[in-house]
Amino acid sequence: MADNKVFSLRIITPDRHFYEGEVEMVEFNTTEGQIGVLPGHIPMTVILKPGILKIYEPENEKEAALHSGFAEILPTGITILAEIVEWPEEIDVQRAESARERAEERLRTHAPGIDVMRAEIALQKAMTRISVLK
Amino acid sequence: MASMRDIKRRRSSIQGTQQITKAMKLVSTVKLQRARASAERSKDYFTCMYDTVSSILSRVGNLDHRYLQPGKSSKKAVIVITSNRGLAGGYNSNIVKLITGHESWKKEDIVVYAIGNKGRDALNRYGYEIRESFPELIEEPAYADAMRLSDRLLAAFAADEIGEIYLAYTSFKNTVSHIPKLLKLLPVEIEGNQEESSALMNFEPEDTEALDMIVPKYITSLIYGAMKEAVASENGARMQAMDNATSNAEEMIADLSLKYNRARQGSITQELTEIIAGAEALG
Repeated sequence: MADNKVFSLRIITPDRHFYEGEVEMVEFNTTEGQIGVLPGHIPMTVILKPGILKIYEPENEKEAALHSGFAEILPTGITILAEIVEWPEEIDVQRAESARERAEERLRTHAPGIDVMRAEIALQKAMTRISVLK
Repeated sequence: MASMRDIKRRRSSIQGTQQITKAMKLVSTVKLQRARASAERSKDYFTCMYDTVSSILSRVGNLDHRYLQPGKSSKKAVIVITSNRGLAGGYNSNIVKLITGHESWKKEDIVVYAIGNKGRDALNRYGYEIRESFPELIEEPAYADAMRLSDRLLAAFAADEIGEIYLAYTSFKNTVSHIPKLLKLLPVEIEGNQEESSALMNFEPEDTEALDMIVPKYITSLIYGAMKEAVASENGARMQAMDNATSNAEEMIADLSLKYNRARQGSITQELTEIIAGAEALG
């Protein structure tokens, strides 16, 4: 199966085609952990978690913040259906920072009526945004 | 015959209306183009989503999953997407008819989640229960709004408040053809497609868990796609309605002009006859 060095990657969001091209490897975060996908992968559907998406093109590397959605992996290509995904230049640092502070504050105080799961997800998202920029 | 002054007044009033309908037509043409482009952009996402979900379902077969079985409640939730403004021909009433005209649905079993004022008002008049209303959603359809709505519906479904979820919207075929559609969201039903797909798909996490997470996204994307299409259809329908109104006004103006000229000629003739008769009587 290793005769092909590249395979196709498609990232679609509800509002646009985020990315379309031939890549050597893709890395992202799933509910089961961080994975890297190479050409010839067995067919698999995975659920995404907030994390950095790394795209290894033959010539260069790209990064983006990928927050939620799911991916369908086939030997010949991946289709990622992402609800939210952003290039580094689209991220508002200040907003991400303040979102992180808010989420951390909420988790620390543990006030009643706070959805811990939600706060954790918010924190993860904010952290992803910030780390993509660095 | 109506007097010249009456005809003239009526004609100029129709001319005024025509100007308005013409302007409205132009506005909705522009809006239509924008709404259409954005509806087409989100179509790919929805198509991919549909393909994935149907391929998952065709493989898991008769899985006993809560999203694949009707709920215990006999209530049916219907998301009704209409516009906030009128003057769009039959756009809104077609959607309302879809619900009031449904043979097997009883009024008591339906709870309406209305997006758009017109549908809400009409169904309210017919005596349907309006559970919630979101008139602002249709102005600028956003994915986050669709997500909130589907969360709420799924929570009501999980709490056995509703047993089935439907979506009533106008699907956008092309500029001139818009079709009112009733879509079943839950329990998820994918048509036919039971054939074994070529590659065996693995899931991480397991099928059931994957369905738990994918189905809400699937429903959200359906609602979102429907809102986009509905906006395009609304503007398409309004454009057509205004185009008809403009050409009807044109016709009426032509008709009134003819009447006006006849009346004018008639009055001149009459005046002349009177003068001549007067002159003869004197001579």
